[in-house]
Amino acid sequence: MTDPTAVTERATLLSVDDLVVEHRTPGRPLVRAVAGASLSVAEGEVVGLVGESGCGKSTLARAVCGLNPVTSGSITFGGHPVTPLGLRRRNPALSGIQMVFQDPYSSLNPRRRVGAQIADGLRTGRDTTSSPADLLERVGLPRDFAGRHPHEFSGGQRQRIAIARALAARPSLLIGDEPISALDASAQAQVARLMRDLAVSSGAGLLFISHDLSVVRLIADRIAVMYLGKIVEVGRTEEVWNDPRHPYTRALLGAIPAPDGAGVLPAELPGDVPDPAAPPPGCRFHPRCPVAMDVCREREPDFGPVACWLHEPA
Amino acid sequence: MTLTISGLKVAVGDREILRGVDLDLQPGRVHGLAGESGSGKTMTGLAVLGLLPHGAKATGRITLGERDLLGMSAKELNKIRGGEVAMVFQDPATSMHPMLTIGRQLTEHMRHHLGLGRKEARARAIELLGQVRIPGAASAIDRYPHQFSGGMRQRIAIAIALACSPKVLIADEPTTALDVTVQAGVLRLLRGLCDDLGLAVLLVTHDLGVMSAVADEVSVMKEGLVVETGPRGRVLRDPEHPYTRALLDSLPGEKA
Repeated sequence: MTDPTAVTERATLLSVDDLVVEHRTPGRPLVRAVAGASLSVAEGEVVGLVGESGCGKSTLARAVCGLNPVTSGSITFGGHPVTPLGLRRRNPALSGIQMVFQDPYSSLNPRRRVGAQIADGLRTGRDTTSSPADLLERVGLPRDFAGRHPHEFSGGQRQRIAIARALAARPSLLIGDEPISALDASAQAQVARLMRDLAVSSGAGLLFISHDLSVVRLIADRIAVMYLGKIVEVGRTEEVWNDPRHPYTRALLGAIPAPDGAGVLPAELPGDVPDPAAPPPGCRFHPRCPVAMDVCREREPDFGPVACWLHEPA
Repeated sequence: MTLTISGLKVAVGDREILRGVDLDLQPGRVHGLAGESGSGKTMTGLAVLGLLPHGAKATGRITLGERDLLGMSAKELNKIRGGEVAMVFQDPATSMHPMLTIGRQLTEHMRHHLGLGRKEARARAIELLGQVRIPGAASAIDRYPHQFSGGMRQRIAIAIALACSPKVLIADEPTTALDVTVQAGVLRLLRGLCDDLGLAVLLVTHDLGVMSAVADEVSVMKEGLVVETGPRGRVLRDPEHPYTRALLDSLPGEKA
C-alpha cells in the first residue's frame, strides 16, 4: 500500500511498507507489535507518529533503525533496504538514520564527557571540520559544556546533548522516540521545536514519535495515528487536527483538556487497549468505537489514508 | 473539613524552598496548584502530610479543622496520615508495593486506622474497587500491581487513598504518567469522588488543561510563593499576574 497523502514534490526518504514486527517470548503468546503499518517520510519533512502507550509506535521506530528484526514487509531508506544491526560494521548508507531516545538519563554514557560522545557522532558522519563545541552551540548550549559529564545537566539539557550527538552524524533522517516525554512540561515544546528546526534546516527528514498530540501538532507537517499496531489515519497536520476522521483520532483529540477555564471534563474513551497478542477480529478499534457497524466486526479496513469503513475510498 | 495552610515556610539548611504559602481547601472542592517544576508545588503537598525530606524544616500553620498539623507529634500525625488526609502520587508503578496483592495494600491501613477485621476490610476493599470502576473487583483484589494497566493502577492507588474515608485528598500529578484517553477517565473519577464524598482535594499539576477540567479554585506558584489565587475561570481566562499569563502563553495548545 502506498501512502496517498505523501508529498509528491519531495523525494521519499524513508518508506515503510506493510511492516510486521513480532515479539517472541518463550512461554508467551506471540505479540504482533506492528501489524502491517505503512508510512513514508520525505526529505525535509516532519512526520509525527502518535498513539497510546503499547500501540507499537516505538517498535516501529526501532525497526526503522534496525534495532528490531522485521517479520515481514519492508523498510527502505534512500533506496537501500534497512537491515537489522549486527555485530559487524553497519552499512554506511544506513548511518544516515540517527535516533534520539526517550530517556536522556540512560541514552548518554555517564562515564564519558559529552564532548567525546558527540565526537563519536562526528566520526560516524565523517565530519572533520566541526567540533563537538560547534554542535553544542547548534542545540543552544554553551561551548564549554563539552568537557563535562552527563550528570552535571538537567533532563532538558541532556536531551539537547543527545540531539547534538545524533546531528553530529549528519543524518538525513532523524528519529525521535518520545524524545520529550521525560522532560518538564516547560522544556517539552522547546525541545520539540528545536528538533524540528535543526532537522529542517539541514534538509533532513524527521520522524517524531510521541503520545502527546498537542506537541506533535506544533512541529509536524503530517500526522500518522497508530492504534494497536496499525496506522489508522494519516494526513496533513491541520486536517487531522481540525477535521479528524477516524473515530479513534477523534477520541484522542477529544480527550485533551483545553486550558480555557470552562471546567469541561474531557470525553472518556471507554475500555482499554486490547491485548496485541489477541487483537479483536475485524477493525481493531471496533470494541471501543462509538459508531461501530456490522462490517467493522467482520472485516478489517485495509486501506488508507483513513482506515475506517466510514471513510472507504471510492 | 477545611484544611488551611497559612504562611507555610519550608527551609533546607539556609535555602528557603517555600517562602510563605497560603492555601485554603474546602470540602467538595478541588483546589488546583500549578507552576513549573521546582516551584514548590510538591513540597507543599508533602508538608501537609509531614512527609518532608530529611533535614527540611517547616514553619507556619497547617490546620485541619481545629488542629495544627505542623505542631503534632509523629504519633499523632501517623493517625491522620492515610486516615483523614490521604495522598495519590504521580507514578502508580512505583507508589505501590510490587510484591503484595492489591487486596493486601488496600486493607492494611484500614485495619490499622479503622480497626476492621480481615473479612470486613476485604469486603470494604472490594466495594472500593467497584467505586473506582475496576472491572471484576472480587477477583481483581487478589492480583498484583503489574497485572493492571497504568490507568487501572492509578485507579487502585486512588482506592487505597480512599480506604479510610479521608476528608482531604492530596493528588500530586495523578495523571501525568498516563495517556490522554486514560487521563480523561481518571479525572472524571476524581471529580466525581470529590462531589459525592465531599472530599477536599488539592490537585498538584503542571498541566493547565487538567486544571481547567477539574479544579474549582486555582493557585499558581513560582519560586516558593503563591503568586495568584482565584476561581478557575477567572485565573485561566483573565490572569492578573504576569507569570500566570506567561504560563498560559507557553502552552502548545489552542490560543483563544
